[in-house]
Amino acid sequence: MEKILEAKNITKNYPGVVALDDVNFNVYKGKVNVLVGENGAGKSTLMKILSGVEKQTSGNISLNNRNLEINSTKDAEENSIGIIHQELNFFPNLTVHENIFIANEILNTYKTINIKQQISLTKKLMLMLKQDIKPGSLLETLRIGQQQIVEIAKALQKKTQILIMDEPSSALSKNEASVLFNVIKELTNQGVTIIYISHKLEEIMQIGDVITVLRDSKFICEEKINKIDIPWITEQMVGKRSFESVNNTKTKIGNKIIEAKSIFLKKSKSDEYLLDNISFDSKSGEILSFYGLMGSGRTEILEIIMGLIKDFDGSIYLENNQLKHTSISKRISNGIVLVPEDRQGQGLVQCLSVSSNTLLSKISKNFRDFFLNSNQEKKAVKQAIDYLGIKVSNQDNLITSLSGGNQQKVVIAKALETEPKLLMLDEPTRGVDIGAKQEIFYIMKKLADKGLSIIFVSSEIKEVLAVADRVLVLAKGKITKELIGSELTEDSLVKYSQG
Amino acid sequence: MQGMTIKAALFKLRAFIALIFIFSFFAFTSDAFLSSTNLIILTKHVAINAILAIGMTFVILTAGIDLSVGSIVGLCGMISGLLIDKGLVLEFFNLVIYFEIWVIVIISVVIGFLFGCVNGFIITRFNVAPFIATLGMLYVARGFALLINDGATFPNLIGKEELNNTGFPLIGSGTFLSLPYTIWIMFALALIAVFLTSKTKFGRHMYAIGGNTKAANLSGVNVNGVTLLTYGLSGFCAGVVGVIVTSQLISSHPATGTTWELNAIAAVVLGGTSLMGGRGSIGGTIIGAFVIGVLSNGMILEGVSSFWQKVIMGTIIVLAVMIDQLQTKFMSKDD
Repeated sequence: MEKILEAKNITKNYPGVVALDDVNFNVYKGKVNVLVGENGAGKSTLMKILSGVEKQTSGNISLNNRNLEINSTKDAEENSIGIIHQELNFFPNLTVHENIFIANEILNTYKTINIKQQISLTKKLMLMLKQDIKPGSLLETLRIGQQQIVEIAKALQKKTQILIMDEPSSALSKNEASVLFNVIKELTNQGVTIIYISHKLEEIMQIGDVITVLRDSKFICEEKINKIDIPWITEQMVGKRSFESVNNTKTKIGNKIIEAKSIFLKKSKSDEYLLDNISFDSKSGEILSFYGLMGSGRTEILEIIMGLIKDFDGSIYLENNQLKHTSISKRISNGIVLVPEDRQGQGLVQCLSVSSNTLLSKISKNFRDFFLNSNQEKKAVKQAIDYLGIKVSNQDNLITSLSGGNQQKVVIAKALETEPKLLMLDEPTRGVDIGAKQEIFYIMKKLADKGLSIIFVSSEIKEVLAVADRVLVLAKGKITKELIGSELTEDSLVKYSQG
Repeated sequence: MQGMTIKAALFKLRAFIALIFIFSFFAFTSDAFLSSTNLIILTKHVAINAILAIGMTFVILTAGIDLSVGSIVGLCGMISGLLIDKGLVLEFFNLVIYFEIWVIVIISVVIGFLFGCVNGFIITRFNVAPFIATLGMLYVARGFALLINDGATFPNLIGKEELNNTGFPLIGSGTFLSLPYTIWIMFALALIAVFLTSKTKFGRHMYAIGGNTKAANLSGVNVNGVTLLTYGLSGFCAGVVGVIVTSQLISSHPATGTTWELNAIAAVVLGGTSLMGGRGSIGGTIIGAFVIGVLSNGMILEGVSSFWQKVIMGTIIVLAVMIDQLQTKFMSKDD
C-alpha cells in the first residue's frame, strides 16, 4: 500500500482543551481509510486540520512525501483534498449543475455563465458515478442520498484526489447507503482516496480497507480491516479506562413519573418516521438512559416530553395524568425540565451573568413574583454554586467566562432551580473535560437518590455504563432492546444500536 | 475577571465621556450654550426623542426594531386634537361626547399602546420580521393620522370652558420647580424603565430573549408574550410623545413625527445597545439622546449650516457603532 498523505505528531490546543495530542494518521492511496473514535475523540478536529478549516498547533502534514502547509480551505482544495461535511452544505434553491459549479462557474467569452457546458460536464460526472440525477433538478427536490451524491460530484469536479467523508451514512436509509457504498467503490477503482468517518461498525467492516482509532485526543492504533472484527474496534475505541461507576449502589426506585405511550413522529415532508412506536416509562430514583447513534431519535424523544416538538402522535403521562398542553412553561411548572444537547444554542443566554442564567427558569416559573429580589437571588445562586461545585469567582461574571464544564453545571443548576420531578439531560458531557464529566455523574446520582427521575441521553458507551440503571437502546427511531443489570455491556449496546 | 480594569471601565462609560466632552466643548466655545434658558430648551428637545428611545430600547433589547413610532406619534397627536376639537362623534346615537383632558390623554396613550401591541401580535403570531411589520405600521398609522381630519390640522387646541376641556396646553408649557413637565415626564419614564429592565422578571426576560431566543423558550420564558409587550410599550411611549408635542404646539398636525423613529434608533445605538439584542441599558439610551440633543443644539448656536449638521450627526452615529464593534473584540480578548 502506498501512502499518499501522512499527518505526523499533530497536536491541536484550544484554550483549556487539548483536542489532539501527538496524533499520527496515515492515508493510503486508492483505499477507504476509516477513522473511528467516540464523540470528542478528536476525529472532527483532525479533519478540520486536513481540510484547512483549522491550523494545527504543532506537527507536520506531508502529501506524496512532500511537506504540505495547509493554512486555508483553499490550500486544501489546491492540493486536491476535499471534504463532505456531515451537515451538507448546498443551496436548496439552485439546480444540481449550479450547485456543482458554485463559485467555480464556467464562463464563456462574454463572462456570462456557460450553462450548456456546465450541464454536459455534470452529465459526465453523473455517468462516472453511475447515478441518474438530472443536472437541472433543484437540490431541494432530491432525496438526501442524492444530495450527497451531488456533493461528491462537486468534489470530483474540483479534481479531488483525497475525499474526506464525515459520517456520510448517518442520515441515509439502507438503500441509499448501499448506493453510496457503490459510489465509494467506483471512486477507489478510479484511484480516488477516501477518508471515511463513521460510527456504524458494520458498514466499516463492509467497505473499509484500513482503520485508525482515536481515543481521548490520542492516536491508539492503525490496522488493516481484514485482520480485525467489531469487538476489537469497540475495545480500541472505548479502552480499558472507564468512569467510576455511580450505579453500583442500589437505589430505591419509586413511582412512575413519566410514561410515554406509542409515540410516532414523522419526518417533515416525508413518510419516514423519526420515532416509530416509542413507549417507555421512567420512575423516581432511577437513571434511565437512551443509547443510540446520531439520528436514532434520542433527542426527539426528550423534546416531545419537554413540549418543544408539538406535532406528534401518541400520549404522555406525568404521574398518571395525561399531559395535553404543550406549553413549555407549564411543563416546567409541572416538574419537567430539559438540559439540552446544544449548550450554546439552547442552554445559555450568552450575554447574561452566571446568576441570571441560573435563575432564568425559576423566575419564569414563579409567575406571581414580578419583581426580582436581588438578595434572595444571590442566596439561591450561591447555594446552587456550592451544591454543584461551580467554579466561578463572582456570580455576576458573564456566563461565557466559565469553562465548558462549569457552563454546563450552570445549565443544570438552572434546571434544578425549578425543583423538577423529571430531569432530562441530553448529552450533558459534550465539550466537558473528564474530571467535570465524572462530577456531573455524581450529581446525577445524588439527585436520583433524592427521588428525581432522571433521563440521560448519551452516545458514549462508557458514560452510559457508568451511570444508567436501565438503558433503552434506539436504532432508526425504534427501541430495539431494554438492558438492565448484567445485560448492560459494551457489546450489547453496540449490537442493538446498529439496528 | 474580578472587578474591571480601568481601561474596560472607561470603555463602558465612553458614551458618557463623549457627552461630557461635547458638552464642555460647547460650554467653552459658545456664550449662549450654558444659559439656563438654552439648557431647558435643549433638554425639552431631548426629552421628546428620549421618551421614544426608551420604548425603542425595550424593543431593540429583544433584538427587534420599531419603525412605526414616528407615525404613532402623529396618530396619537391627531386623536388628542380630534377629541378636544370635535369630541367623540357617535353618529349612530346622534351623540357627541367631549371628555375632560385627563381622559383624552389616557385615550391617546392607550391607542398608542394598542397600535404597538398590533405590531407585537403580527410579529409574534405570524412570524413576520419586525422590520417589515413595523414598516407596514409606519404607513398604516400615518394613513390614519391623515384620515382623521382629511389631512388637515387641528389648530388652537385650548378647549372650551363650557365643555370642561380646557388646560391641554399646560402639559407642554407648564413647569414644576421651574422645570417643564416634559422634562419631568422623561425622567419619570426613564426611572420606571430602568426599574423595569433591571429589577423585574419582565426586564430579565427581555435580555434573555434578545440574547438567545431558543434558550429563553426552553427555560420557560413566555417569549411571545414578552416580545408583544415590548412593542406595546414602544407604542405607549410614542403615544406619550404624541400628546406632549401636540400640547407644546397647541395644535396637531398629521405629519408630526415623520422620521422620528430614526432619531430614536440613533439614540439607542449611541447609548451602546446592540441591535442584535440582549445588550444595552436605559441609562445608555438617555445619554445617547442627550449626545444627539447637545450636538444639534450646540451646532445651531455655533452657526454650523444645517446641511453640515446632518453630515456630522450621521458620521458620529456610525463612528459610535464602529467603536462598539471594537469593544466586542476588546472584551473577548479580555476573557
